[in-house]
Amino acid sequence: MTMTSPATSAALTKAAPPRQGAFLDRTETMGAIALAVLIFVILPLALDPFRLNLFGKYLTYAFVAVGLVLCWGAGGILSLGQGVFFGLGGYALAMFLKLEASSPENTAIQSTPGIPDFMDWNQITELPFWWQPFHSLTFSILAVIAVPAFFAFVIGTAMFRRRVGGVYFSIITQAIAAILTILIIGQQGFTGGVNGITDLRTMKGWDIRSDEAKTILYFVNGGLLFACLALAQFVRRSKLGRILIAMRDREDRVRFSGYDVASFKIFVFCLGAAFAAIGGAMFTVQVGFMSPSFVGIVPSIEMVIFCAVGGRNSILGAVWGTLLVNWAKTLFSEAFPELWQLGLGALFIAVVLIFPDGLAGLWKTHVNPRIERLFPRRTTPTVPAE
Amino acid sequence: MFADYSGSELLSIFAMQGFAGLILFSVFVLMALGLAIIFGQMGVINMAHGEFMILGAYVTYLVSRAFEAWAPGLFGAYFFVAMILAFFVSGGLGMAVEWLLIRRLYKRPLDTLLATWGLSLILQQIYRMVFGAREVGVTIPEWMMGSLVLSDMIEVPINGLFVMALAVGISAGVYILMYRSRWGLQVRAVVANRTMADAVGINTERTDRMTFAIGCGVAGVAGAAFTMIGSTGPTAGQLYIVDTFLVVVFGGAGSLIGTIASAFSISQAQSILEFFLSGSMAKVLTLLAVVGILMVRPQGLFALKLRK
Repeated sequence: MTMTSPATSAALTKAAPPRQGAFLDRTETMGAIALAVLIFVILPLALDPFRLNLFGKYLTYAFVAVGLVLCWGAGGILSLGQGVFFGLGGYALAMFLKLEASSPENTAIQSTPGIPDFMDWNQITELPFWWQPFHSLTFSILAVIAVPAFFAFVIGTAMFRRRVGGVYFSIITQAIAAILTILIIGQQGFTGGVNGITDLRTMKGWDIRSDEAKTILYFVNGGLLFACLALAQFVRRSKLGRILIAMRDREDRVRFSGYDVASFKIFVFCLGAAFAAIGGAMFTVQVGFMSPSFVGIVPSIEMVIFCAVGGRNSILGAVWGTLLVNWAKTLFSEAFPELWQLGLGALFIAVVLIFPDGLAGLWKTHVNPRIERLFPRRTTPTVPAE
Repeated sequence: MFADYSGSELLSIFAMQGFAGLILFSVFVLMALGLAIIFGQMGVINMAHGEFMILGAYVTYLVSRAFEAWAPGLFGAYFFVAMILAFFVSGGLGMAVEWLLIRRLYKRPLDTLLATWGLSLILQQIYRMVFGAREVGVTIPEWMMGSLVLSDMIEVPINGLFVMALAVGISAGVYILMYRSRWGLQVRAVVANRTMADAVGINTERTDRMTFAIGCGVAGVAGAAFTMIGSTGPTAGQLYIVDTFLVVVFGGAGSLIGTIASAFSISQAQSILEFFLSGSMAKVLTLLAVVGILMVRPQGLFALKLRK
């Protein structure tokens, strides 16, 4: 079922085998340092708090893109429902923040004080039982990871154990994204409906709306992203990572060699879901709301393009791709909203036809050889100009 | 849930909802037939399928305007002209897309999915720029208005009946094309064994292009039919694409009968549930059931036995 693109397997053979023992090869080290400098030094110094917060928002999408590199780039599983996990993670934290914002004092004017405002508007007089545990921050943070990962486990087990893969998997994940969106919008008394969960104020008394808080959250976000990148790199370098790639390229052969293919797929799908969920939770605190417009089909497939533009085989590339596409989106859709839609469409086609390995692939074939020529061996890593 | 209704009322409810379901069924069948040809036979995921359908709807809109302006006497017949034109316009665009895009990606199904999604975004934006973001509706010819009164509680709208008749007609047409024509034989041969088909002298590339074009053409006709029961907007196609794919996958890709059976069961389930629950919950439950069944039986209702 899973077929391999000639382009990706060509890239695989072209890529130099990583040196045994080294966690990052030279190119990767350079890329990681460049990204760290961009995220932790250049952007905070160059941008005002509003723009920085915007980049913070883009970084939350990068979590999804990194997860997709593992699932799709390495594992060959294209999930078009990553928005589901992004949304579940985001909603889990948004529920906690909403409950804190809906203290009986804050909501004294409601007919039932102490419940979120949208419940009051929908004539619900009691907090539903499944909202109760979200009074606890510890539970909520656990739920951010556990709920989406469990969900991914159920979907993954059901599908991969029965050897559903390839495009069928993509369509079904897309259907799940559609179902969850309809459910959230339809049950507005329990979920906030199409507006989502809005008006989030404090986290354990800490005002998350101030510029200062947003800047701190931006750095937390960047730190978590690098933690996820490190974990992703660990997985890619491990034997597991190699089995994933083998599976992507020749699934039957891996199965006949005695590996339980489904378990590896389920694991990597859950890991991707957990990454997406962390991104969703960070989105909620960073941007201050969560809504079904980040759950459905359109956002889910847009997240795939972030990853594809950066390079489906490169975790760093995925982050660069996310930042670049979103930055371009903000820039263009402010000035020419009509052209952006056309540009995005063209981007989908171009990334498939012209540069299937994304920015990372272009870097590898065009920029890196020149750097290698300029600095033959053992030189200080240079920061590439963006 | 049935306690509040008397026996005859329940019967009428089921009849009316059943009929609403039949209209939904016709729409699903029309949309899914094109997809069943493209996805079922060729294994190509065309996410822009909805946009090909909308193209047919816009063609119908233009034709109706043209008849209004230049040939008001023949207005009653414009729909048939529009339908034929929609088939050729959508099919022509399909042929161009296959030549420019799809044929380069036959070995990369996931990439086809992304590329056609990009195509759908571009087409949507073009529709928005040409026809405006607002939905447009056509004037329904007089003979299609009104409804047939069967009893004092049951009446059926004529445009709904017409769409149903159209669905039956086009299904029959596709069936004849696939199973009774030389072209259909070639398509099925290519699906069953591409190398052998090539070896016995079938031009597989041309077969692929024609298959894709005809699938898109059928989508265009579906769009034309769609204007009779609803209005057309630039993003209307996207609303149905997931439903349509589920219909085809649920029916068992490659099986025409399966596609029709699954369109029937999904639409009936949805419209009957709609009466008792809210519209969104009916849809959620139906889709969940479909996804659930697909997890247990991934090959769909009617599986085609193929050597891969």
